[in-house]
Amino acid sequence: MGNLANLLLLLVILLNFFILGSSRLGACIQTAALQGALLACVPLLMNPISGHTLFLAGSALALKGVVMPWLLFRAIRQVRIRREIDPMIGYVPTLILGTVATAGAFIFSDHLPLVAAHRGSLVIPCGLATLGAGFLMMITRRKALTQALGYLIFENGIFIFGLLLTEAMPLMVEAGVLLDLLVAVFVMGIVVNQINREFSSLNVENLSLLRE
Amino acid sequence: MAILYPAAILIMLISGLPAWLAGNGLAVRRAEALSALLLAGGSLLGLTAVLGSLASQTSPQTAWVWSLLPGARLALRLDGLAAVFLLPIFLISGLGAIYGLGYLPQAKMGAVSGRVRLLYGISSASIATLPGCQNAILFLLAWELMALASFLLVLTEQEKEESRRAAFVYLAYTHTATLVLYAFFVLLARQTGSFDFPSAASLNAASPAARALFLLALFGFGVKAGIMPLHSWLPEAHAAAPSHVSALMSGVMIKMGIYGLVRVSSFFFNIPPWWGAILLTLGVLSAVMGVAFAIAQHDIKRLLAYHSVENIGIILIGLGLSLLGRSFGRPALTALGLAGALLHVINHGLFKSLLFLGAGAVIKATGTRRLDACACGGLLKLMPVTGLCFLGGAVAICGLPPANGFVSEWLIYLGLLRSVSGQSGFSPLGLAVLAAPFLSLTGALAVACFVKVCGVVFLGEARSKREPSIAEAPLSMRTPMLILLAACLLIGVLPGMVLPLLARALGQLGALPSGSDTLNALAPAGGITLSALLLAGTGGMILWLRRQLSARAAASGTWGCGYLNPSPRMQYSAASFAELLTGLFSWGLRTEIKGEPPFGFFPAPARFADHTPEVVLDLILYPLCRGASRLAFRARTVLQHGVLGVYLLYVALTLGLLLALAL
Repeated sequence: MGNLANLLLLLVILLNFFILGSSRLGACIQTAALQGALLACVPLLMNPISGHTLFLAGSALALKGVVMPWLLFRAIRQVRIRREIDPMIGYVPTLILGTVATAGAFIFSDHLPLVAAHRGSLVIPCGLATLGAGFLMMITRRKALTQALGYLIFENGIFIFGLLLTEAMPLMVEAGVLLDLLVAVFVMGIVVNQINREFSSLNVENLSLLRE
Repeated sequence: MAILYPAAILIMLISGLPAWLAGNGLAVRRAEALSALLLAGGSLLGLTAVLGSLASQTSPQTAWVWSLLPGARLALRLDGLAAVFLLPIFLISGLGAIYGLGYLPQAKMGAVSGRVRLLYGISSASIATLPGCQNAILFLLAWELMALASFLLVLTEQEKEESRRAAFVYLAYTHTATLVLYAFFVLLARQTGSFDFPSAASLNAASPAARALFLLALFGFGVKAGIMPLHSWLPEAHAAAPSHVSALMSGVMIKMGIYGLVRVSSFFFNIPPWWGAILLTLGVLSAVMGVAFAIAQHDIKRLLAYHSVENIGIILIGLGLSLLGRSFGRPALTALGLAGALLHVINHGLFKSLLFLGAGAVIKATGTRRLDACACGGLLKLMPVTGLCFLGGAVAICGLPPANGFVSEWLIYLGLLRSVSGQSGFSPLGLAVLAAPFLSLTGALAVACFVKVCGVVFLGEARSKREPSIAEAPLSMRTPMLILLAACLLIGVLPGMVLPLLARALGQLGALPSGSDTLNALAPAGGITLSALLLAGTGGMILWLRRQLSARAAASGTWGCGYLNPSPRMQYSAASFAELLTGLFSWGLRTEIKGEPPFGFFPAPARFADHTPEVVLDLILYPLCRGASRLAFRARTVLQHGVLGVYLLYVALTLGLLLALAL
C-alpha cells in the first residue's frame, strides 16, 4: 500500500516539473487535473477505507479532477488564448528554480523534528515541493489563468500536508477547504474575464494601474 | 482608616461628572460648584489620610484581589515616601479645582469647561494613585490614565494649531516613555518573580540586569520628569494647557517621574557610583540649561515650563548626591541629598503652581501669554493681590529666604559641601562638590529671569493704551494663590515643621544615618527660622523707613537723558533685558535674531525680533523624523509597486526565512 502511495507522490512531483516547464495552457490544465486526481487516490491508499476517507477522496476527485479543469477550460475558450507568451522568468530558469526548491524541500524535511511514523515518508518533502512549485508558478507567470493554476497547485501541496492529518481533521474542515478552493477558482475565472474585457489582455500587471 | 486614601482617589476620579453632564445646560453653575466641591473634598480627605498616617506613624495598606488581569493586584500603601509626594498632589489639585471656577467659568465657556473638569478629576485621581501603588500593573494603568487625561487637557483649545502640535508632541513623548516603562517592569518582574514592587534594598545593583533596569527607568521616568535632553514636550504642553492644568502638570505630574526614580533606586543595594554620577550630571545640565532657556522665552508659560526643567535639575542633583552617598558609604550625604530632593519636590509643587496660577490670572486679564504684549506692564497697580502672589512665588523659585525654595536648596548645598569634608586625600566623591557652583549659577540666573518677568509684567507702564476692563482676579482665583503663598512662606520660615515628614520617608528608605546624626542635627532648621525672621524684620524695617522717607520725596517722571519726548514704549522689553544673558548662552540656545540695529544720525525705522527654538525638538528630533519619514516613503515606492508576482515573492521569501530560522 505505502509503496503505491509513494509512487503516486513521486508522480505528483514529476507533474510539478511538467507544469512549470510547459507553455501550453491546455496541457497545463490537463496536468493539474491529473495531479488532483492522483492526489485524490492517495488517502485511500494510506488510510483504512472508511466513509470519511471515501468522501474525502470522492469530493477531491470531483473538484480537482473534473469541476475545476472544466471551469478553467471554459475560461480559456472564452478568452481565446493558448499559451503563456512571455513569463517574467523563462521556462528553463523556472525549471531550475523548481529543482532547487524540490531539493531544498527534501533536505529541509530531513531536518524537521517529525513523529517516528512519518520519518522517511515522502509526504512532507512532496508537499513542500508542490507548495514551492505553486509559489513559483504564481510568481513567474503573467497571465491571470496561469496564476489560477499556480494557486491550484499550491492548494494541492496543502492537501498533501493534510494527508498526514486525515484521521485528526474533522470532516467539516476538509469540506470547507475544498469549497474554499472552488470559490477561489470561480472568482479567478471572473477576474480573468474582467481583465480581458477591460485591457484586452490577460496580464495581471495591468492590475497595477489600479493602485493609488 | 486605611480606606481614606482609596476613597479620596475615587471621589476625585468621579468629581468631574456633574459638570461634564451639565454641559451647556441650565444648572451649570450648581453642577460646576458641585464638581469643584467634590474634588476639593476628595483632596481634603486625602490630606487627612496623609496627615493621619504621619501622626500615627503607620503605613495604611489596602489590597484587593483583582482577577481581571493576571499578576495585577489593587494594592495601595501610604508609606513615608508616598506621603511626601501625596501632600502636594492633594493640596494643589484641590486648589486648582477652586481656581478653575474663576478661570474657566462654565457659564461663559460652556461644555469645554465641563470637559476640563472631568479630565482634571481623572488626571488628579490617577496622579494621586501612583505614589501608593504597590503593583506594577496597577502603576502602569494609573500612569497611562494620567498620560491620556493630561493629553486631552493639553488639547483643550483644540481649534488652535499650536495646541494640537503641543498635544501630539506630548503624546509621542509620553508613549515612548510608557513603552520603555513596560520593558522596565517586565524586566523587574523577571528579577523578582512577581509584578508586586520589591521591598526596599532587596535587589543587587551590581548585576547586568540591574544596569539595564536603571537605564530604562532613567529614560522612562526621565521623559515624564523632563530631564534635559528629554524635556522637549514640556514647554509646549505646559504652555498650551489651561493655567490650573499647567499648575497640576508642572507642580505635580512631572514629579511622578522623580517619584519613579526615587522608588526604583530604593529597590537596590550595592549601588555603583556611576548611577549617582549620571543623575548629578544630568541634574546640573537640566538646571543650568533649563534656566538659560527660560531667560530666552517671551511667553510667560513657556518660561515657567523651562523653570520646571531647571527645578527638576535641582531635584536630580539632590537625588544623585544621595545615590553617591550610598555608593561611598556616607549616610550623611544620602540623608541630606534625599531630604533636599524630596523637600524640593514639595516646594517646587507649591511655588510653581502658585506661579502658574498667577500667570493664569494675568493671562485671563490681558488675554495674552506674551510678555512684550502691549497690555503688560504696570499691572501691579491694577492687580495687587496677583502681583504680590506672583512676586512671592518668584522669591521662592529663586531660592531666596524667607521662602521655601531656599530651605531645600540649602539642604542640597549642605550635602554637596559635605562631600569634600571629613576625608583625606583625593576621592572621586569630592568631584560632586563641583555641582555647587552650578547650583548657585542656576539660582542667580533664576533671579535674573524673574526680575525680567516681574519687571515687564507688573512694574513699569503699559506699552500702549489698554482695555479698561483689566481688573483684579476674582475671589475664587485669589484664594488658592494666597493659600499657596502662605504655604510657601510657612515652610520657608518654619522648616522644622516638615522635617519629621522627610525623616519618616528617609527612615523607611533606609537613608537615615543611625545614631545621633539625625536629620535635625545635620540641618539645623532652627537657624533658618531665626534668620528668616531676622530677614523679614529687617526687610519690614527698611520698607517702613522708605515709606516714611518717600512721603517727603516728590514724584516725577524718569530722567530721559535729555530726551524730551519719552513714551512708555521706551521701556526695557523682555528681549532687551535678557539680551546679555541669552548672548552668553548663545552656544546652546541657538536664538534666531531678525532685524538690524538703527545706524547713522537719522536712522530709518528698524525692527528687531528674536526667537529661541526648542533646540532638541526643532533642531534634532524634527529633522531626524523628517528624514526617517522620507526614507520610509522612498522604501514604500520601491517595495509597493502593484506587481502581484513580486508580492507573492515577498510572501515566499518570508516563509522561507521563517522556516530557515525555525531549523
